[in-house]
Amino acid sequence: MNALPDSSTNPEVSANHKARAAFFARRKRINQAALTLSLAAMVFGVFWLMWILWETLWLGFGGLSLTLFTQSTPPPNDAGGLANALFGSFLMVAAATFIGAPIGVLSGIYLAEYHPRGALAVTVRFVNDLLLSAPSIVIGLFVYAIIVIRFQRFSGWAGAAALSLIVIPVVIRTTENMLALIPSSLREAAYALGAPKWKVILHVTLNAARAGVITGILLAVARISGETAPLLFTALNNQFWTSDLSGPTANLPVTIFQFAMSPYENWQQLAWVGVFLITLAVLGLNILARLLSRHK
Amino acid sequence: MTLIMTDTPTPSLPPVKMSVRNLDFYYGKFHALKNINLDIPANRVTAFIGPSGCGKSTLLRAFNRMYELYPDQRATGEILLDGENLLTSRQDVALIRARIGMVFQKPTPFPMSIFDNIAFGVKLFERLSLIDLEERVEWALKKAALWEEVKDKLRQGGASLSGGQQQRLCIARGIAIKPELLLLDEPCSALDPISTARVEELIAELKKDYTVVIVTHNMQQAARVSDYTAYMYLGDLVEFGETEQMFFKPNRRETEDYITGRFG
Repeated sequence: MNALPDSSTNPEVSANHKARAAFFARRKRINQAALTLSLAAMVFGVFWLMWILWETLWLGFGGLSLTLFTQSTPPPNDAGGLANALFGSFLMVAAATFIGAPIGVLSGIYLAEYHPRGALAVTVRFVNDLLLSAPSIVIGLFVYAIIVIRFQRFSGWAGAAALSLIVIPVVIRTTENMLALIPSSLREAAYALGAPKWKVILHVTLNAARAGVITGILLAVARISGETAPLLFTALNNQFWTSDLSGPTANLPVTIFQFAMSPYENWQQLAWVGVFLITLAVLGLNILARLLSRHK
Repeated sequence: MTLIMTDTPTPSLPPVKMSVRNLDFYYGKFHALKNINLDIPANRVTAFIGPSGCGKSTLLRAFNRMYELYPDQRATGEILLDGENLLTSRQDVALIRARIGMVFQKPTPFPMSIFDNIAFGVKLFERLSLIDLEERVEWALKKAALWEEVKDKLRQGGASLSGGQQQRLCIARGIAIKPELLLLDEPCSALDPISTARVEELIAELKKDYTVVIVTHNMQQAARVSDYTAYMYLGDLVEFGETEQMFFKPNRRETEDYITGRFG
C-alpha cells in the first residue's frame, strides 16, 4: 500500500530528527521562561490596580446616597452631598470638550489629509507631542498666568480652557492616526468620481474613521474628568451650587483633594464617594470607547 | 491613426476616443513611462498587459490625473480626450475625472449605504429629484448586473456585500455618473472565478456604451475581454494592436515571449 521508504530506518534522517527535537525542546523551555516572566509582571501590575479599584469601591460605596446628588458640599461635620461639584465638573468638562474636540478634529484632518509632510504639519506634530506629554500642572499654571491673573479672578471658564488644552492634543493625535489608517485607495476612488477634497474628507475618509475619532474624544473626556492640577489654579472651588462659569466653580477633583486632606470624617467620606464616582465614570467612558472601536 | 497596427491596416478603424502623445511619467526622479504613443478606440475594450512594474497602472492613472494627488509624481506630453489635452486643460480636474470612471484593484465601497455609494457620485454633478436619483441608482445597478442581488437592501452598508458584489457596486458607481471612458485597474485580481466571470460579462456589455481600458495581469483575461491589447515592458509600450493579432501573430519577439510564457 505504501510504496514510500520508511524514513525512520534511515540513520541519517533519524539523526536529523533527534537534533531537531533537542533544538525544539530548548526553544520550548525558553518560551516557558518568557511566559512565566511576563505572567509575573502582569500579576504584579494587576494586583495593585485591583487593590486600588477595590479600596475605592469599598470605601466609596458605603457613602452612596441620594443626597449626594441633591445637596451641595457641606461645612465640616455636617450632612451634605456633592451636587455642586458634580454639576461644576460636568459643565467644565462639557465646555472643554466642545472647545477642544472641534479644534482637535480639524487639526488632525489638516495633518492627515492636507499637508502631512509640510513644514507646518511637522512643526505642529512635534509641538502636539510635547503638549501631549506636558504635565497637567504646567497647563494649569499657564492658564493661571494668562487668564486668571489678567481677569483677576478664578473662573470656570479658565478651568474649561485648561481642560481643553488637554483635550486638544489627545484628539489631534487620535484623529490623525485614525485617518492615516484609511487606505489611500478609498480616497482615490472618491477623487476618481470627481469629488472635491472637502467632500472626500467629510463623506468618505472622516466617515470611515468616525468610530476611531469618537473613541479618541471619549478617551480625552475620560482623561480630563479626573484632572485636578489644571483646575486647582483656574476654577479653584466653590462651596455653593452655581451654573455661572465666570466665577470660581465647584468641581469633583479639587473637592476630593480638599476633603481627603481634611481632618473631618464626613469630608473624608465624601472624598471617597467622589473618587468612586470618577472611577465609575472613567470606567464607563472607556468601556463605551472600546465598544465603539470594536463595532467598526 | 497610423500608430495603430502599422503592419496590418484594416478598412474599418473605429474612431479614436483617447490619444496619448509623447507621454513621459516620473515618480520623483524615476522615469516610469517613456515616450508613450497610443490611440484608444471608442466603444472598444483595450487591455494593458505586461509584467509587474512595467507602467500599465501608471499609464491608467495618468488618464484621469490621479497622480496629481501625490506631489512627487508628474507627467509630460499629451493625453487627448476627444482632441482636448487633459494634462494642460484649464478645466477643473474634478470635471475631467467625472468624464472618466475608474475601478480599482481592491473593491472600495464607501462607508455608507449601497444606495448612497452610487448616489454620492451622481449628486456631485447633478441636481436630481429623489425619484430621478432612485431611477439612476437602479439603472446603474442593473447595468452592473447587481440590481437583483441588492434591490431589497439598498439601505444596508456597502461593506456588507461580498467581494465580487462590492466590485460590481464600484463599477455601478463609476457608470452612474455617465462617464465616457471607464478605466479598470485589475478589477478581478481580488475576485474568485465566478465573480470574475460576471465582471468579464459585464465588461463585454459595457463597451456598447463606453470606451473601456483594462489593466490586467491575467493574459487569458486580456484575450477574453479585449479588442485591442497593449504590451508594456519597463515603461515602454512594446506593441499595440488588435488582441487577436497580438496573441496569435505578434510583430515583436518580446511580445511573443511574454504571451507564450517564456518570459514574465
